[in-house]
Amino acid sequence: MESLIFYLLSAVTLISAVFVVFLRRPMHNVLSMIVVMIGLAGLFILLNAEFIGMVQLVVYAGAVMVLFLFVIMLLNLDQIRLPIDPREGRTWIGVGTALALLLVLFPILRAVIPSGTSAPETGQTMSNTQIIARELFTTYLLPFEIASVLLLAAIVGTVILAKKRS
Amino acid sequence: MIPIPEVNLGGILPALVLCLAGLVVMMLGLFIRRGAVATAAVVSIAGVLIAAAANTPLRMMDKQAFAGLINLDAYTWFFNLLILISAGLTVLTSVRYLTDDGLDMYEYFVLLLFASAGMMFMVSANHLLIVFVGLETLSIAIYVLVGILPSSKKSKEAALKYLLLGAFSSAVFLYGAALLYGSAGSLGFPELAKYFKAGQISRMAYVGMGMVLVGFAFKVAAVPFHMWTPDVYEGAPAPLTGFMSVGVKAAAFAAFVRVFFQSMLPAQMNWIEIIWLLAALTMVLGNLAAIVQDNIKRMLAYSSIAHAGYLLIGMVAGKEAGPAGMLYYLLAYTFTNLGAFGVVALVGRKGEANVMIDDYRGLAKTNPFLALAMSIFLFSLAGIPPTAGFVGKFTIFSAAINAGYIWLVVIGVLTSAASVFYYFRVVMKMYMEVPETQPAELQFSPAMLLALGIALVGVLYIGVFPTNYLNLAALSVKPLF
Amino acid sequence: MVTLQHYLFLSAILFVLGAVGVMFRRNLIVILMSLELMLNAVNLTFIAFSRYLGSIEGQIFVLFVMVVAAAEVAVGLAVAVAVFRQKGTVDVNEINLMKW
Repeated sequence: MESLIFYLLSAVTLISAVFVVFLRRPMHNVLSMIVVMIGLAGLFILLNAEFIGMVQLVVYAGAVMVLFLFVIMLLNLDQIRLPIDPREGRTWIGVGTALALLLVLFPILRAVIPSGTSAPETGQTMSNTQIIARELFTTYLLPFEIASVLLLAAIVGTVILAKKRS
Repeated sequence: MIPIPEVNLGGILPALVLCLAGLVVMMLGLFIRRGAVATAAVVSIAGVLIAAAANTPLRMMDKQAFAGLINLDAYTWFFNLLILISAGLTVLTSVRYLTDDGLDMYEYFVLLLFASAGMMFMVSANHLLIVFVGLETLSIAIYVLVGILPSSKKSKEAALKYLLLGAFSSAVFLYGAALLYGSAGSLGFPELAKYFKAGQISRMAYVGMGMVLVGFAFKVAAVPFHMWTPDVYEGAPAPLTGFMSVGVKAAAFAAFVRVFFQSMLPAQMNWIEIIWLLAALTMVLGNLAAIVQDNIKRMLAYSSIAHAGYLLIGMVAGKEAGPAGMLYYLLAYTFTNLGAFGVVALVGRKGEANVMIDDYRGLAKTNPFLALAMSIFLFSLAGIPPTAGFVGKFTIFSAAINAGYIWLVVIGVLTSAASVFYYFRVVMKMYMEVPETQPAELQFSPAMLLALGIALVGVLYIGVFPTNYLNLAALSVKPLF
Repeated sequence: MVTLQHYLFLSAILFVLGAVGVMFRRNLIVILMSLELMLNAVNLTFIAFSRYLGSIEGQIFVLFVMVVAAAEVAVGLAVAVAVFRQKGTVDVNEINLMKW
């Protein structure tokens, strides 16, 4: 059963990811991206990370992708068809490097032996969400606070950049 | 039952003060109609000074805080100080820039302060998560600052290029971090160090290490990951370019050294060769490309790439002497480059209309003080005694010779000799040539004069009396080993 | 039987696909989406390791990656809007006042 769900979700995710990269209308790219997000959320839940899965749905598929849609509508990009042509010679060097990386990664990842408890923590009394909450507000309190500075900087920055000055 | 988190606000007080100053500036900007920039600058400087005071106790500390996520030690102290110096000088050199065209861009200081706070967290990190979050806080603030000039097309273009390549490098860095996590089971530096010491290093860990290295190489602008640098440095406002070339670079180098020396030292044999190659390429390409530039900001951008190469020599040299040399070099470079970019901002005049090297013709006639200051900054960049730049290069080169990297030093010396050519070209233009048209009068502001004065005194003082500062640098790298 | 390797392969492919998109495409919006794809691939790697190592740290890291990704997208789209206002295009090849 787990295998079936995995293969289904990864097929959907991979095909939509190819669509994200190669489709020519920005609107289609965004819609494919939402499918990728949903597929990944399913995979996260399959990996016993329910909380992250839900955050993925709410934050990514919900908020971030709506932001993309919003900008596409704002800039009137919804009707155009983007040309697909490689940029220059060095684009191909980059693409070649990326594919070479994949070839290098595959045998290395194949050899990975998962250490620690290979099975998910069984018999635990706390849910995944509870564990994350406890860790986030105790051990990882400092990065949590730094993230607030980061978000404030992003808010201030976005307003400055997008504001029209007369 | 809820466990109580470990909180040590005293240790992160410098960064907290900067964040608070940023918030105060933000609030004040809402209520002050005219002269918001001047007020914001005063508050920022006050924040920087208080943060510097709050930073002093760190020098004597050597401990971890926040559940072992950050280090409070002399190394953190040194880099906090360096960040504060560069932030303070940048505030002073930026003031006039932001009042041009009646802009009143006080938000500039808010972002500058937040970026500095992010850097402070980054240099104190004892966990890759803190490096990442600090790095991104700094990067996001800088992306916006680069594109802050509303009327400049180049500025927006630079922001765009920096953002795309910065985000790409972050993604590579993160994938590397993920692979390291899979190998070591945790991303805390002590756990990573334990994993690398145990000896059975998987190939996945090497790939992860390599990708983290690429991420850092992007941030410090090492060849071949430097392509963004000239465009971004050219398009950004000149004072900010100065800040990027010293503050951001220092913070990135600090984290780079911390990560590789504190947690991956046992695998040194594997990464040192790569850094050797990066250093050699960076020095050669940076210096050669600088020779053919006509725009002074682009020239200084390539010069800053070349300096990243010299700093990488310090990393290759290793032991304690190499990193100690880097710390001194970064201190010297902070004063030198901020001074040089201050002059560039001043001579550029309104809207940066005069940023070609030819615009410096005859500067010695019209403004002898400014020409002299610029010459001293350029001498220091070229590494000519008695400036601080000379001592910095000398320290790093001798550390590398002691460690047996003769060829790298040969490349370093040859490329520095070549660099004298393009630095002197500017000096020659200032002293030997006359301008074709009479340029507009320069507008000195008190803040700019103060900044140039501090930079000048810094360059000469730590160049003539380097002993104390060299000892300080040696002391500050102790906690790493 | 689904093993750790399955997830690692999937995320490696997604990561490289995203990288190819960043280098191949010229439209700013699509490039930003490809970057998101790369970050999501990283998240999948972290979560997969987190499960098979039995440690929560990977999931915490993913939360922060999400925060940063959202902030980066917001700033990136703001830059895109600003560039579009000045140039009327979001094609990175036509944004070339300075040489790359």
